[in-house]
Amino acid sequence: MTLRVLLFASYADVLGAPEIALEVPERATVQDVIASLLARPGGDRLPPRPLVAVNQAYASPATPVMPGDEVAVIPPVAGG
Amino acid sequence: MRTAIVERPLDAAGLLREVSRDANGAALVFVGTVRDVNDGRAVTGIEYSAYQAMAERELAAIVGEAAGRFGTDDIVVEHRIGTLGLGEASVVIAVGHPRRGAAYEASRYVIEQLKQRVPIWKREHYADGTREWVHAGNGAAVDPVGAGETVREVSR
Repeated sequence: MTLRVLLFASYADVLGAPEIALEVPERATVQDVIASLLARPGGDRLPPRPLVAVNQAYASPATPVMPGDEVAVIPPVAGG
Repeated sequence: MRTAIVERPLDAAGLLREVSRDANGAALVFVGTVRDVNDGRAVTGIEYSAYQAMAERELAAIVGEAAGRFGTDDIVVEHRIGTLGLGEASVVIAVGHPRRGAAYEASRYVIEQLKQRVPIWKREHYADGTREWVHAGNGAAVDPVGAGETVREVSR
């Protein structure tokens, strides 16, 4: 299935876009999303286990993802 | 309680007014501003960006937690995004409370949680013309779900 994945800040820079369409297995989890991301050009510059949010909430590697979910990869935050 | 991620200059005095009531013996305002030096490099400005929808949710959640823990609904927080010059305010936290101790604690709670959880990023602009994303306070303490973040582009 194809997922729409949002990227921000340094991660958008290294992967070359603020949003990408990612092909992942059916019944995928956040871990599958990360594996697919790391395999893309520039993915080698991501940390091995980047933080991911699903539908605007921090998710664990085991969190399932469905088509239509809002999936975002979150660089270390630096607000304030 | 009120929170917002905005693209305009912040009005600290206005936020202070929002939390000032006769019942509140204490009202305080924290203002985070753009500093001229970071890690020994001369900074000329900072560009803030956010995952806006999630940042708004997370900030509202933090303020809700602070209200419950410290016993006041008079908490107002605004974070600015966009490009800010030296000395400009990036975040303002105003707290009103009957007692000063709890007001300080609530304010501290909000800024520390904000720095750990709210998806906002900053890219510093340096006097030598370069720009870098700042990964502030990165490490085990800044890991909301134990995902083991390891990138450290700029430490502080």
